[in-house]
Amino acid sequence: MADVRKIVLDIISDIAPDEDITELDDQKSLREQLDLDSMDFLDIVMELRKRHKVEVPQEDYPRLATLASCVTYLSPKFTVA
Amino acid sequence: MNYDAIVIGAGMSGLAAGIRLAMFDKKVVIIEKHSIPGGLNSYYQRKNTDKGGIRQFDVGLHALTNFIKKGEKGKPFSKLLKQLRLSYDDFKLCPQTHSKIVFPNHELKFSNDFELLQTEVQEKFPAEIDNFSKLVEVVRAFNELDLTIGYSSSRETLKNYIKDDLLLEMILCPLLIYGSAWEDDMDFAQFVIMFKSLYFEGFSRPEGGVRTILSLLMKRLEDCGGEIRFKTAVSEILTDGEGKAIGVKVLNEEILAPIVLSSIGYPETVKLTSKLEVRPRVGAMTFLESIFVFDKKIPLNVNDSTIVFYNNAPTYSYRPAKDYFDKTSAVVCFPDNYESNRLEGEGTVRITFMANYEQWASLPKSDYMERKEQVSESAMELVKKLNPQFDGKLLFKDIFSPTTIERYTWHLNGTVYGSIDKTRDGRTPVKNLYIIGTDQGFLGIIGSMLSGISMANLHGLMSAE
Repeated sequence: MADVRKIVLDIISDIAPDEDITELDDQKSLREQLDLDSMDFLDIVMELRKRHKVEVPQEDYPRLATLASCVTYLSPKFTVA
Repeated sequence: MNYDAIVIGAGMSGLAAGIRLAMFDKKVVIIEKHSIPGGLNSYYQRKNTDKGGIRQFDVGLHALTNFIKKGEKGKPFSKLLKQLRLSYDDFKLCPQTHSKIVFPNHELKFSNDFELLQTEVQEKFPAEIDNFSKLVEVVRAFNELDLTIGYSSSRETLKNYIKDDLLLEMILCPLLIYGSAWEDDMDFAQFVIMFKSLYFEGFSRPEGGVRTILSLLMKRLEDCGGEIRFKTAVSEILTDGEGKAIGVKVLNEEILAPIVLSSIGYPETVKLTSKLEVRPRVGAMTFLESIFVFDKKIPLNVNDSTIVFYNNAPTYSYRPAKDYFDKTSAVVCFPDNYESNRLEGEGTVRITFMANYEQWASLPKSDYMERKEQVSESAMELVKKLNPQFDGKLLFKDIFSPTTIERYTWHLNGTVYGSIDKTRDGRTPVKNLYIIGTDQGFLGIIGSMLSGISMANLHGLMSAE
């Protein structure tokens, strides 16, 4: 089974290389803990598609708010793939 | 040939849009009429007749606005670095010393530290400091990135806060001449963008000038697999039976793609479609620039400012010159006064005057050189006035006019800040055809790149899902 948490963190560290992602709280919003804006969230979505062929429709962007919600939302998509 | 996206114009916005699309595996081609990239921010060189070799010049770049220190976050420049995945260090930014706004008997200095401007206002306009602070709070709280805001006059809005007319004129002067397509005023959303870019953030210049930025962008585009075709003019934007853009025509070839992003200006773009009933207005603001090269640099004890916004009248008239050019006001750039740019050797000064396109366009060829000579004389007078003790010997001069701008950039009437009709969400009367760059409403080099990025995101990446 894919490690969705690690996949998301790998993407974040590539799109925002200056951010410290070692001590993130999975339950807290990523935006609150990191300097990420809507443009960065678009990049997370685009990288998921590019690297893992996982599609996130625009109306589902809010479901990427925390690391925990990313795992909940994205895991089934990885299992199917 | 079939692509996922076509970008017209390889200026700052076109290159940035091309990179964004190519980054996410879109097959993209940028089509550029000129033989080199840059658009309004391009470059050229001239032979050095005395010593052999060549001198390199930038076309538009006086200053790169939106300066940030390394690691600063949440600013336009840092967003741009992240979106294009470029590194801060590669830009080799040399910050300004400070710049100043010079009106009769009044001067205001500003630098990359906003406190300097606040102190200057406090000292020189003590009665206005509270009003100024209120204005600053309004600017800080304003969301200029909201694409739904309509036009409102900056002058009218400013009058609600600033009561001293002279201070109001002085604050407006640099913001108008560094970006306004409108005469004597600008859209308040653009005022906010400019206020933040110039006064909150400030100026720098990349070592090597605009070439440094362009080569970074070209390299990035290539690494992502984006294509670029130079010396290729788009003669028509093709549409299908329903009036949707489906590609472009170049010479005898049709290049097809489901979206077309155009950076060549709103009126210029509409002219390539069949929607001729839509007429975005061509802006009237165009400029003349004189470039002088001296045998030595102006000593810092004579002049240590990087940019001087000069106006020899109590009010600032920002409109086309009545005559060929207007010497009442000017922007004088001392590129040698960017920190760490100060090596031994020749000194350069660039002087920009407001001009009048019609006068230059209707000028008989035989009079063109003479007119340029008059511009050059006025520019030199101003350099001497600002640097009375400087005795450098002039080695080289070059003057470009509104018709020069038109000839190399194909912007109608030699406009630099584009149309006075902006399309903030990039949409045009033709479906799937979008405007990027100055006419989408973001300003300056950083603004243009962010325009290309955000329009590519909105219309090329998000809507594709």
